[in-house]
Amino acid sequence: MKTVLDVRNLTTRFAGPSGALVAVNDVSFSLGEREILGLVGESGSGKSVTLRSLIRLLPSMAGQSGEVIWQGRDILNMSPKDLKAVRGGQISMIFQEPTTALNPVLPIGLQIDENLRAHTKLTHRERLIRARELMDLVGIPEAARRLSEYPHQFSGGMKQRAMIAIALASNPRLLLADEPTTALDVTIQDQILKLILDLRDELAMSVIFVTHDLGVVAATCDRMAVMYAGRIVETGTVADVFAQPMHAYTRGLLGSVPRVGTERSPLMSIEGTPPSLSAIPQGCAFHPRCDFATEICRATQPDTKMLAAEHQVACHNSLAVVKTGSPVR
Amino acid sequence: MSVAVSRRAAIPRPLIFGGVILAASLILAIFPALFAPYDPNAFDYAALLQAPSGTHLMGTDNFGRDVLSRVIHAYTIDMQIAIFATVFPFLIGTVIGALVGYIGGFAETLFGRVVDAVITFPFLVLVIAIVSILGPGLMNMYIAVGVVGWVFYARIIAAEVKVQKRLDYADAGRAMGYTHLRIIFRHLLPNAITPAVVYWMTDMALAILLGSSLGYLGLGAQPPAAEWGVQIADGKNFMATAWWISVFPGLAIVLTGLGFSLTGDGLAEVLRTKK
Repeated sequence: MKTVLDVRNLTTRFAGPSGALVAVNDVSFSLGEREILGLVGESGSGKSVTLRSLIRLLPSMAGQSGEVIWQGRDILNMSPKDLKAVRGGQISMIFQEPTTALNPVLPIGLQIDENLRAHTKLTHRERLIRARELMDLVGIPEAARRLSEYPHQFSGGMKQRAMIAIALASNPRLLLADEPTTALDVTIQDQILKLILDLRDELAMSVIFVTHDLGVVAATCDRMAVMYAGRIVETGTVADVFAQPMHAYTRGLLGSVPRVGTERSPLMSIEGTPPSLSAIPQGCAFHPRCDFATEICRATQPDTKMLAAEHQVACHNSLAVVKTGSPVR
Repeated sequence: MSVAVSRRAAIPRPLIFGGVILAASLILAIFPALFAPYDPNAFDYAALLQAPSGTHLMGTDNFGRDVLSRVIHAYTIDMQIAIFATVFPFLIGTVIGALVGYIGGFAETLFGRVVDAVITFPFLVLVIAIVSILGPGLMNMYIAVGVVGWVFYARIIAAEVKVQKRLDYADAGRAMGYTHLRIIFRHLLPNAITPAVVYWMTDMALAILLGSSLGYLGLGAQPPAAEWGVQIADGKNFMATAWWISVFPGLAIVLTGLGFSLTGDGLAEVLRTKK
């Protein structure tokens, strides 16, 4: 598979009153063409900041290092002008809350048109035709009429479709999705996920999907990366990770999801809460909450090891975790 | 659904009253000659200090000028003051406020100091000081009000833009690769401008008061121009014997000010319920 995005040692710091807070710590991953990567973790694990760091969508006090190689060029070193062309033109983003991510005072059609004007050389007529196409593409009926309507006239699911239409207007090669279904009803969630899958096939684009919902990952993603305290602790294909989690944290996450069609068993839970960015524990950040923790976990940060083909993990005791087996069987 | 529709259709009463007053004021301001029975500046020594009567509905002043005609012709100047003394502060303040709110940091600190400097002095004192440096007259009054007035608009807009720029749609705009100027003026400003527009209406009422005050003090419109403040000043020596010279222009100020204030309140209500 051709690699479209290569992230190496990406680190994002925020200047705080008591020194820098590291929100994204030495994150590396790559993304293939037409691949959907799920970025999973609890709230505060740094998954959203990682996503935003890829296109430098951060407040000005944030500092970034590492490389984000997109089509042979490092996004982190791009001039503002080039960055503007990449954002929205080649890499687009959709947000968790479609209600706030759409501008309330502009009609949907105008917001689509705006993207087309910024990134394409289409004429006014062509843009109008394209806007209608996009509304059809994302499954909004009566495109001609709805283009002149305002966001408040759309339902939640329709708003998210409209947001996707705006994001896809200029045919981006990569879609960054920041929990796009979290704010929606379960039935609508399902429709939006299907839509994203269809669009991936139709437009041959890649997707990075941030979510805390493992059900969503299982249903949509090809590969997944599990994040904890700003680091990626485990990466692999969704099938591999679900069948054989190698990090104690991943195992805990999988075990905490209720499933239908299996024997009733007590849900596993991960005791405690994720560490705050200002107080990340020494050694492996997960050790205070980990059942498998040993002396070495308290002392040194584990390196990322390749334990199987395309299955990487940063855990000292992954063999012990493997031996216990997957909670999803 | 029908409830929602009927609620939207209901125009708040203050807006209706205010709108009617303003519309009438504007018509008088544009076509004073159609309504004024006499030439506002024609002396009539045969009819000095006449009390209100059938021939002179609001009486005459010490030069025999018809007070009603002067009150009507004054609409032209006073409505002009209401608009010109506020539109430039509104425009300048909006642009500066939007930039300050969006950029934040250093720009905000600097702007904070400017605001402190301006609100330390009472508005009228500051304007009078500037007019006395520039010299009296309407044009200099607009300049003086503009120099000070933009700060209040900028403060309102900056605060609102600061809130709006943290919302997702601002981030979405950046994620779409739009320029900063486009995000500020196309996306944030339309969402931030409502309180400034409401303030603008109130400010027009204040501008009429200010214009009349300066006219009264001899720093604004110059006699013999028909302007309410000038008229009140003209009549101040005759208050005991010919109250009508000052009282009718005073009532015109109150009525027009009321028109702007009611419109402002009504607009605020409409725009609030729309959100």
